[in-house]
Amino acid sequence: MSAETMDSVFIDVELDESAASDPELAKKLEEVCPVGIFKATESGTEIVAGQLDECVLCNLCVDAAPEGSLRIVKKYES
Amino acid sequence: MIFYEYEARRIVELAGIPVTKYGFCQTPEEARKIAEEIGGPTVIKSQVLTGGRMKAGGVKFADTPEEAAELAAEILELEINGLMPVGVLVDPKAEVKQEYYASVVWDGNAKKPLMLFSDMGGIDIEQVAEEHPDHVGRGHVSNLMPVGDYEAKQVIAATGVTGSQLTRATPILAKLARLFRENDMILAEINPLAELTDGSFVALDAHLELEAEAEGRQKKLLQQELGIPAGEIRDHYVPSEFEKNVKHLDAADHRGVIQGKDHGFEGNLGLVIGAGGGSLTLTDAVRSQGGKPANYSEIGGNPSVAKACGLAKEVLKKDGVEKIAVMMSIVSNTRVDIVARGVIKACLELGKDPGETIAIFRIPGAWEDEGNKILDHYGVEYCDRTVSLWEAAGRAVAKIQGAS
Repeated sequence: MSAETMDSVFIDVELDESAASDPELAKKLEEVCPVGIFKATESGTEIVAGQLDECVLCNLCVDAAPEGSLRIVKKYES
Repeated sequence: MIFYEYEARRIVELAGIPVTKYGFCQTPEEARKIAEEIGGPTVIKSQVLTGGRMKAGGVKFADTPEEAAELAAEILELEINGLMPVGVLVDPKAEVKQEYYASVVWDGNAKKPLMLFSDMGGIDIEQVAEEHPDHVGRGHVSNLMPVGDYEAKQVIAATGVTGSQLTRATPILAKLARLFRENDMILAEINPLAELTDGSFVALDAHLELEAEAEGRQKKLLQQELGIPAGEIRDHYVPSEFEKNVKHLDAADHRGVIQGKDHGFEGNLGLVIGAGGGSLTLTDAVRSQGGKPANYSEIGGNPSVAKACGLAKEVLKKDGVEKIAVMMSIVSNTRVDIVARGVIKACLELGKDPGETIAIFRIPGAWEDEGNKILDHYGVEYCDRTVSLWEAAGRAVAKIQGAS
């Protein structure tokens, strides 16, 4: 199968529902991510699918979110 | 930087080397006026930055000013190797007794300028050197000490030239060597250097190439003498779609750098290569072991996944490319896992199996273990720094030769 572009081939982000709907956390995540994976909206955090594979595994988002509420998934390890 | 012939003639003239009474123009009417001033048969030459002008009809002979104007009009509309001329050079048709060759080139091994002279001018010096080696004289000149006429004389005399010809050609070659050094050239060639029927010597054509890094230092020559705008880019050829696309990808994303060239490459092994001279070494290593590169590229400076992917996709989309080899010297700030993601994603987005398409992945360095996990997952053959660049290139060549 051939596609023009593919998103989230290597990396995915799992964010708990309660954390995803927190507008303050959304602003933090948008600020800390160096590659623009998170976008802050009025309703909370939006994951930018097109940027997921740019994740540099810095874990700044994991540190910014409440413990255990955000996980970086390396799809190639599954 | 390369020069149009009319600019090269001017540089040669400024160095005190005799030239014919030529003129550069951009309209047929101007060509007619120059031909009138010359008075007699003329040669109309397309001013275009490519070879093969004569064969393509870009050099024609006129007997009258009116004919010069007509031919100039034709040549100004003539595209040669995809390039349009910037004008024409109108030159008197010289009465040539004998053609010689004179040049100064940079000898990368000796790290000195090398003077070359032959009494067989008008043809490629490579051909003369191969078929008539005794007709080519050679001699290095110092990078620091003044160039003496006697040094040029020795080079010319080595070809058997004597008498008045030796006396007249000597200062020309010496001046060419001084021009080469003073103007930071990497090539200064006069071919043919003509001995006219009256015994005088003139440069009938000149080919000069300035070291790109010295353009800033040669502002007086470039901008004041020749009127070349600062930052003007000159290519020998029309960039391919591949080259244009890679340039566009690089400009669109500030992270890392990528470059791609495929002019003169027609192989089946795409190269995604780089790091500290690695590109040149790896291209040579592939060629030396019988491989046929489809392109030359450079990737580094920690590019994004999208940029690495973009370059790999462009390489893979080239006609004839069967596999790619992803190889670099040891990387420090460029991340192995990011490049691995990029090239694998390129394969996937083009519907190709990364394990089959990537002949070898040899990038040791930062985040290597993470990169290896990705490569393992997709079944891509990889190797670490214990495998030399040469050996990695050899593995890629063996794989593609086994496949075809």
